[in-house]
Amino acid sequence: MTACLEMNAVTKAFTLHNQGGVTISVMSNANLRVGPGECVALVGPSGAGKSTVMRMAYGNYLADDGEIWVGDVCLNRASPREILMLRRQTLGYVSQFLRVVPRVATTDVVAEPLLALGVEPRQAHARATELLRMLNIPERLWPLSPMTFSGGEQQRVNIARGFIHAYPVLLLDEPTASLDAENRAVVLSLIEQARDRGAAILGIFHDEAARQQVCTGEIDVSEFL
Amino acid sequence: MSDYNFAYLDEQTKRMIRRALLKAIAVPGYQVPFASREMPMPYGWGTGGVQVTASTLVPEDVLKVIDQGADDTTNAVSIRRFFEVTAGVETTTEVPVATLIQTRHRVPETPLTEGQIIVYQVPIPEPLRFLEPRETETRKMHSLGEYGLMHVKLYEDIARHGEIATTYAYPARVSSGYVMDPSPIPKFDNPKLDHSPAIQLFGAGREQRIYALPPWTSVQSLDFEDHPFDPSRADGECALCGSKDSYLDEVITDDAGGRMFICSDTDYCARRSEGAA
Amino acid sequence: MNPILEVSGITRRYGDRIGCADISFDLYPGEVMGIVGESGSGKSTLLNCLAGELIPDAGRILFDSRAEGVCDLLDLSEMQRRVLSRIELAFVHQNPRDGLRMGVSAGGNVGERLMGVGQRHYGNIREQALSWLERVEIPADRIDDRPSQFSGGMQQRLQIARNLVTSPRLVFMDEPTGGLDVSVQARLLDLLRGLVREMGLSAIVVTHDLAVVRLLADRILVMKSGQVVESGLTDQVLDDPHHPYTQLLVASVLQA
Repeated sequence: MTACLEMNAVTKAFTLHNQGGVTISVMSNANLRVGPGECVALVGPSGAGKSTVMRMAYGNYLADDGEIWVGDVCLNRASPREILMLRRQTLGYVSQFLRVVPRVATTDVVAEPLLALGVEPRQAHARATELLRMLNIPERLWPLSPMTFSGGEQQRVNIARGFIHAYPVLLLDEPTASLDAENRAVVLSLIEQARDRGAAILGIFHDEAARQQVCTGEIDVSEFL
Repeated sequence: MSDYNFAYLDEQTKRMIRRALLKAIAVPGYQVPFASREMPMPYGWGTGGVQVTASTLVPEDVLKVIDQGADDTTNAVSIRRFFEVTAGVETTTEVPVATLIQTRHRVPETPLTEGQIIVYQVPIPEPLRFLEPRETETRKMHSLGEYGLMHVKLYEDIARHGEIATTYAYPARVSSGYVMDPSPIPKFDNPKLDHSPAIQLFGAGREQRIYALPPWTSVQSLDFEDHPFDPSRADGECALCGSKDSYLDEVITDDAGGRMFICSDTDYCARRSEGAA
Repeated sequence: MNPILEVSGITRRYGDRIGCADISFDLYPGEVMGIVGESGSGKSTLLNCLAGELIPDAGRILFDSRAEGVCDLLDLSEMQRRVLSRIELAFVHQNPRDGLRMGVSAGGNVGERLMGVGQRHYGNIREQALSWLERVEIPADRIDDRPSQFSGGMQQRLQIARNLVTSPRLVFMDEPTGGLDVSVQARLLDLLRGLVREMGLSAIVVTHDLAVVRLLADRILVMKSGQVVESGLTDQVLDDPHHPYTQLLVASVLQA
């Protein structure tokens, strides 16, 4: 299955009601399109709104106007239920932060997206351990909660979680940021495989070389303002 | 005798109680509230039973009163005397002769017959009371037939003792309808309630409730499929009459651990002994 | 797919004061909805109206029941309603004492609903109780202990087992992690998440703990003064709150 990610004339502002009602406009005309097999990097100075674009593409921030399409679902008009279904089946997200229930084993954290899709627990766990091994998470850590892990380890757990299901659309927020050379190479090859199987990928990569290696295009977010 | 109205209670009270009795007969197992009167005896001594008896008694009746099966214990003797004085009715100890039997905690061994009335003294009429303290809630549970909780009690028994350890006041379901407390009779007596030819009336004076079983009413003791109801009795025979089927009391005879079993039903035992002699 | 619950116009007043006003939403099978707000915001009033503990002054609560099809919970007779409550609905109270029989063993607590729906085989009832205790991580050898001998976390897990043993379709939870130590909360949350997923449960969870809704609920309603001021996808409402009250709520959370 393949799908496109599209933004048409999207605007976004934040109104801070408890700080005098100031309104901060972050985006007045965001347009982009990522097709199957494409990997597009968001670029621009920090504070330009790269993360805001990513979050809007995930339905985490609500666009004020315009349209955001993931496959045949318009995110800013969809019901929570449709967005949840989309996130389960179609739209994957590797964020920089790991948010999980404390004291849940790493393998369970990684396997969860597959379990939510109704995959057999045994099969889901097999796939989870395969990814953890590939990403060089030591086996002795698997039964532990990732909340106690180092930044790099947490990031790799996040990546394993994001790649365990073949999402047609993938959002990657700094996937290689705190990784050593060896793990960076593993992650880049995962991205390339996803792209080559036809995923539409939108990402933020500060790592210039990584961007060169995996991306098929770039979009400068500062043009959206 | 002329100092009292017949059977002590005034006619208005008897009429009120008879109305409650008729309703109770019409809705078997349902606890009908009634305005229980002060009686010249303490609560717990059978005030409910005495009021029911007083309201049911007619001058032609032959009355028998038993307490735990015996005709000769204080409670039985006192109540029998009470009605001899206040109603002047004939009394007896023999089941087949009696037309009305008031009982505390036993059903006679001798089968009852059509036309007889048996009145039970009841301390706590609500079988759900120890599981659910709120009267509003137990009434609702009865009206909706929510008796799962009753089985929780039996479940607890089996879990704790390996068997249903309730041995008296064993709950029973009336005509697949209300669950009732058969009063603190031994569970051995429960089967005697089922399809009895006699009219069975239950009176709880302190709790102000009357309930009843018309003749030939189905009364099924609650149980589990894999732990069926078992009307057990002490394993032994009566030292006096040799009965192997009656409900036995254990009597300690000396300080050296000597003991024997005798029938709890004195009338039954005496008549068996006479017959044998 | 049809919603399991269609709530419209639920209003409940306490004299002149408003408990909750004109609340409407749909809940779909498998969805977990959180209701957040400070105390007095009407979230418990709403939950109690939905769960049948309070009678609303106005509104409709259409429930898609396994047995009867779609029915308005407010139109049912008390008997129908109680039968439904024993089989298809469940209520997990904040205080386990409100949801458990403290004088009855753990096994009896779990078995009560089964006996309530007519099961009369001791061995089968006990077997199901044991399997549920295992699911909620209560050791099998505690089956005959009374809940009063359990820790708070164990009591809460027992309450969950007692409620879920008849495989209800919809579970109401009132501050399910409220009285628990944080260390115990996490385990309970994980347990609830697992059960919701495995059993395809729908749930409505009232809590004032934003971290709990974030981990447990797919969507949330934010309530203030008896009204819903904002609703939507949980992470969207918490990360991009629009209403002044929601912004205040989110901004007031202490960072550990």
